[in-house]
Amino acid sequence: MGEALHCTICGKPATVHLTQIIKNQIKKVDLCEDCAQSNGVTDPEGFSLAELLTKTFPGAETEGGTGDESATGLVCEQCGYTPKDLKKSGRLGCAACYEFLRPIVLPLLLNLHKSQQHRGKVPFRLVHRVELKREIDNLEQKLQKAISGEDFEEAARCRDRLGALRAQLATPAVST
Amino acid sequence: MQILPILETPAEVAPGASHPGPIVLSTRVRLARNLRSFPFPGWAKEAQRRDIFARCANATTEAPQMKRAFTLDISALDDLEKQVLVERHLISRELSAASAGAGVIISRDQSTSVMINEEDHLRLQVLRPGFQFKRVWKQVDALDNSLEEHLDLAFSSELGYLTACPTNLGTGMRASVMMHLPALVLGSQMEKVIRAVNQLGLAVRGLFGEGSEASGSIFQISNQQTLGESEEEILKRLASVLQTIVEQEQNARAKLFENDSPKLLDKIGRAYGTVRNAHVLTSAEAMNCLSLLRLAADLSLLPEAERVNVDRLFIECQPGHVQLAARGALETEKRDVARARFLREQMAALPPLNFNSAFEKN
Repeated sequence: MGEALHCTICGKPATVHLTQIIKNQIKKVDLCEDCAQSNGVTDPEGFSLAELLTKTFPGAETEGGTGDESATGLVCEQCGYTPKDLKKSGRLGCAACYEFLRPIVLPLLLNLHKSQQHRGKVPFRLVHRVELKREIDNLEQKLQKAISGEDFEEAARCRDRLGALRAQLATPAVST
Repeated sequence: MQILPILETPAEVAPGASHPGPIVLSTRVRLARNLRSFPFPGWAKEAQRRDIFARCANATTEAPQMKRAFTLDISALDDLEKQVLVERHLISRELSAASAGAGVIISRDQSTSVMINEEDHLRLQVLRPGFQFKRVWKQVDALDNSLEEHLDLAFSSELGYLTACPTNLGTGMRASVMMHLPALVLGSQMEKVIRAVNQLGLAVRGLFGEGSEASGSIFQISNQQTLGESEEEILKRLASVLQTIVEQEQNARAKLFENDSPKLLDKIGRAYGTVRNAHVLTSAEAMNCLSLLRLAADLSLLPEAERVNVDRLFIECQPGHVQLAARGALETEKRDVARARFLREQMAALPPLNFNSAFEKN
């Protein structure tokens, strides 16, 4: 990743990055932890991407997708799935839903699995490994920052996630 | 009848499986995989499902272990054919209820089946007799790698393999074993075992039934969680729990024999008589008799070679198979007659029970 991004609202370093694609137009919003929280990004009930975008980009388009998502503002850009659909069937619409409906899906996982970090096999294809390496680099930077900032809780989190990602990268890269 | 070639080809795990041992009947590992840029089967339109099917089928038949595999479109099979495939554990009930665009590809030796557009785009499964986690994992892992060469699979480093239902995220792996536990059932210990196993994060299900009600005293033990542990860790944990259950079953058998051998031998004797002479048999009764005969083989009352036949008959006494052998759908009563006749024929050559060895053992 390139240089550090700054929060669109207050200018502090950003750690939450939102992307919306409507009619082939990409709109990006970067937020710091605090602004993300105060705008309900991490709250499954209260988040409205559309609302947030209007705040940061006055006059931005907020139309797009089917009618229902305006309630929570979440909709999968790849397949049109909404939180309502998820509630009805208990399943997701496509792989991209995990990204677009993330605030709703993540809390569900707490009850289902041992943890929310994958350990184990990784597809051997190059594309995934490149992503992995990039994430590892980012995390290492984050870890250093946390240590020097004496945020040991954050440092511990980074370290655990780093361990899991490194283990993934260690799985053989050739098909047997 | 589309599936006749499948039934006529000699199979390893299906009828005729070689050398299973006592207690553990078979091992299975199933992986759930999806394509990155297509809606999951439950949300995709029919045209999309057909497209997905074509891509997945092409990729699957390219895999070395799927040479000369059978490719079946679910909408081209009739109810009886689907039921037979379910009874052989080659497809799930959910797939047999699926609409157009779904299907399954079965390897020539019938150890491997790939379901397409069931709950996920791909469900890979390898099933082998006995206790063989290493070999089964290696096989399904290799198949997964082959598919990956041709397909862009949905995966995130955080959540692992992405699946239609969040319960399958991460490894997407469900590993399970089928176990024959007649002594634990007779000693009314299954409830306790099930509870203990549940506490360890594993699930226990009757093979043809729910919970502790298991037809033929056959239970399936599987992992429940798929995210947060590596495949190796899951298999290791499953294997160690299995080992414990095997020991408990063996202890229960020893106890049964010690405390009440006439009762046990009586049950076995009557089961023997029934399969050779009955004229009306429900599948529940047949399963119970077969279960006792398998136990008889384990206790050396019957030659060990008979175990293989019993395992085959567990499947062939199921309603779909019975009707298939009778060449057409039958209502329950006629089916029960057909089942009894089938068993009489199959058991005609069964050697007499060797009660002497039973007493020598003790």
